Amino acid sequence: MTGCVTCLTRACDGKEGKRLVSILEVSDLAVEFNTIEGVVHAVNGVSFSLDSRETLGIVGESGSGKSVSMMSLLRLIPEPPGRIRSGSAWFDSSKGRVDLLSLSKTKRAAVRGRDIGFVFQDPMSSLNPLMTVGEQIAESMRLHLELGDREARTRTVELLDRVGIPAAAERYGNYPHQFSGGMRQRVMIAIAIACGPKLLIADEPTTALDVTVQAQILDLVKSLRDELGLAVIWISHDLGVVAGLADRVIVMYGGLVAECASVDELYEQPRHPYTEGLLEALPRVDQDRGEELRSIEGTPPDLYTAPGACPFAPRCSYTFDRCRREVPPRYVVNNGHDTACFYDLAERRPRSE
Amino acid sequence: MSNESAVDVRPLVKVEGLKQHFPITRGVIFSRVVGAVKAVDGISFEIFRGETLGLVGESGCGKSTTGRSILQLYRPTAGSVQFDGNELTELDRDELGAIRPRIQMVFQDSYSSLNPRHSVGKIIAEPMVIDGGYARGEMNRRVAELLELVGLNPKHRARFPHEFSGGQRQRIGIARALALNPDFIVCDEPISALDVSIQAQVVNLLQRLQNELGLTYLFIAHDLSMVRHISTRVAVMYLGRVMELADNADLFNEPLHPYTQSLISAVPLPDPKAERERRPILLKGDLPSPSNPPRGCVFHTRCPLAQAVCSEEVPAYREVRPGHWAACHFVE
Amino acid sequence: MTSEQPQPASGPDLSPSADPLLEDERGRVRRALSYGAKLLLRDKGGMIGLSLFMVVVFAAIFAPYIALHNPLQQDLTRSRQPPAWRDGGSWEYPLGTDSLGRDMFSRIVYGSRVSLTVGFLGVAIALSIGLVLGLVAGFAGGRVDNVIMGGANLFLAVPYLLIVVVVAAVVGRSLVNVVLIFGITDAPLFVRITRGEVLRIRNSGYVESAVAIGAGRARILFDHILPNLVGPLITVATFEMSAMIFYEAGLGFLGLSVPPTIPSWGNMLAAGRQYLASTPWVATYPGFAIIFTALGMNLFGDWLRDVLDPRLRRKGR
Repeated sequence: MTGCVTCLTRACDGKEGKRLVSILEVSDLAVEFNTIEGVVHAVNGVSFSLDSRETLGIVGESGSGKSVSMMSLLRLIPEPPGRIRSGSAWFDSSKGRVDLLSLSKTKRAAVRGRDIGFVFQDPMSSLNPLMTVGEQIAESMRLHLELGDREARTRTVELLDRVGIPAAAERYGNYPHQFSGGMRQRVMIAIAIACGPKLLIADEPTTALDVTVQAQILDLVKSLRDELGLAVIWISHDLGVVAGLADRVIVMYGGLVAECASVDELYEQPRHPYTEGLLEALPRVDQDRGEELRSIEGTPPDLYTAPGACPFAPRCSYTFDRCRREVPPRYVVNNGHDTACFYDLAERRPRSE
Repeated sequence: MSNESAVDVRPLVKVEGLKQHFPITRGVIFSRVVGAVKAVDGISFEIFRGETLGLVGESGCGKSTTGRSILQLYRPTAGSVQFDGNELTELDRDELGAIRPRIQMVFQDSYSSLNPRHSVGKIIAEPMVIDGGYARGEMNRRVAELLELVGLNPKHRARFPHEFSGGQRQRIGIARALALNPDFIVCDEPISALDVSIQAQVVNLLQRLQNELGLTYLFIAHDLSMVRHISTRVAVMYLGRVMELADNADLFNEPLHPYTQSLISAVPLPDPKAERERRPILLKGDLPSPSNPPRGCVFHTRCPLAQAVCSEEVPAYREVRPGHWAACHFVE
Repeated sequence: MTSEQPQPASGPDLSPSADPLLEDERGRVRRALSYGAKLLLRDKGGMIGLSLFMVVVFAAIFAPYIALHNPLQQDLTRSRQPPAWRDGGSWEYPLGTDSLGRDMFSRIVYGSRVSLTVGFLGVAIALSIGLVLGLVAGFAGGRVDNVIMGGANLFLAVPYLLIVVVVAAVVGRSLVNVVLIFGITDAPLFVRITRGEVLRIRNSGYVESAVAIGAGRARILFDHILPNLVGPLITVATFEMSAMIFYEAGLGFLGLSVPPTIPSWGNMLAAGRQYLASTPWVATYPGFAIIFTALGMNLFGDWLRDVLDPRLRRKGR
């Protein structure tokens, strides 16, 4: 859709002053699903880069393509019906720079377990119910790090202890169903970091948890991230969680990147009407109740048609005719801040080329 | 709704010592009771006309069960539930049927709570069919009126639930609840399955309807921000008990109970600057099982302030300040 | 009841003569049909299944008009004549003749009657018994449930073949016996499925919400549970029908089904077995008939399951 996206996302530096090396560069990723009712255009050209030690928050509602785009990076979507239509994802693996999307199956598996760790929303479905949690952690270390049985076991107990599981040595032999939801998520985190990855991708890992348990898990992730120097991609619909965790945030809508900015700038000066609307739709626990929340009218797009216009146009209060004719490119509005909108929110008028 | 002086002093709903225990049975043919899940274990509160009582707590705290017990969807194990002077726990099926039109419920899962084989028109008309005495034309008009009231197109009445989005389905559930002009609606997590931009739509709708129709709500939720936004007063539950109950502003500005304090502190704020300042009070461990709750204060196993007395004596649920109730040994 | 005119301007737009509540119901059927047709066009399996199924039903109903000869007409001079396209065959007997010189094609056409009778009536009996007992077990719960399910499990433990042999020996071979035995031995399956579905639906959100608006037991049973049982039960019924057709043929092959005088695919298979090496058509054509019928019904059942589950439909556009 627009040629300058890659160079533009490179400019998105999260931490000022420091020279950072990008470890992941995704450009023009497009994913679709073939269903009985037609083709679902889930992701329609997503580009971004991620620096080492950076935490990138991906925010969006269900159907925005936030999960599908990240899961398809490691081909974790079912294919078919899913299909990666285009794109590349260059990643600094331990065996050199590789394009994740064109890797062979075996090489991909190596990257998946070793260089990139995953945490999902529902740990119960990603843990094997018939295998002890200790074995599940040790297995990946034996496989990827070629550790012996005894060493893998010692490291596993250390890991379980590190992620905050009490009496780690005794719980090595427990099965997943013997853990609570929060503890299972800790086990998932232990598996994800077992082989010393550079990148952790977390897909709504705290959504199913209660708020007090969520606070525990967020605390753990933050300390592990700083300790291990991890880059993190944190997918969430919760703007609060992302505000506290991310350095930089991408807001997705209708399978496209709506806005990308550093966390402070995004929350203070949103430059996309959707971001602005989302922030105003949120009540806050630390502020008194107002009379009415600002709501975004209408419903999300159904994605059955390939985007030929701004996907947010039908719900946007700034829409003018151009929004219904063209897909907006990502306009750079500030250093490291871009928005895919024809309307200039700061100037309160349509953008001139 | 926000006008406190207009609130009727007589409570519309009065819950006293409500207990809802579910037996745990073993064996198939010769089953025997081996224990009980104490989902709700002796709670009391009042709901005044025109107000919204927010009921918050984490999963398994018994907040949804409380809503269902008030509606008599479960028959309470003990305690009393009074609705406008009627003792609901003593009514039989027919007597309850007579009072049902005045008490309705909006469910969390709008997908499963609407029969997939019924058209929207049929779903919304069902309460009228059950209540009886409505002419067909009258029902048709009312259905169209209700659809419009909740912001849906009356022409879509012949469609089926799966043809609507989550937010629209929740509107259908609200229209059904409004069909018989109720006084009181139990909203059981009505927005927690919805996307953020849609949550605001539904909450605004609920508030508008409350103002227009003079409704009273019990708003059950785990999202504290939304509870703060919508409630007049708020009750906090933990393991089947009410830990604290107070006026909205009092509860959020000056939470007295250590559980309420940690709960509020744990909510992430959509503001990076405030987030850097926020220091959540992290609780130890996990929620104990409601089938085997801790002795003494149910919260003592995770409480940062717990002393020896907490594991022995159940703290009294008392009015610490006017209108501000709490159950903790150390609240002054 | 429709005398009231819709309110002017402010009122919603309703045409005066239409009764929307009734229209809702009609619309429902219309939509289901159009969706079914749409799905059928996309689903080749469903299309093939439906076609095969229609062919067999058509053959059974109009057998006297389709058959070229009397299926019982013997002519020993034409014993085991090959099919028309082989040397020595003639179009008078398109699929050849059997050892007694009877026309294979006509016998296969008439044989479909036995198969379909067993399939339809057997399933009808099993479904009726299963639906009633399953509803009672699922709805009543407690001891009634335990007794019914205990009985069903006990019944499932008795091999049906044993019952067939005993009945054939004691009462004799007849179509009625086969239908009754199949219907009764298959009933426990329907009891279990019905009960399971009832329990699932009873715990569903929409039944809970019906209770919350004051719906009585009868309303919940007839308005909420039964309509949602139709899909899963009809689907299982098609699969069971194809299974019964299969089993009937198997019994016929063993000489335990209908008397040998009645043309049935199983009997034909049994009769042709000894000539498999020299004149294979005598056994293979009835075999093909069995396979295509069963295949057709299974494909049809798969398609039906998709059509009947409204949740599999995407948002209407």
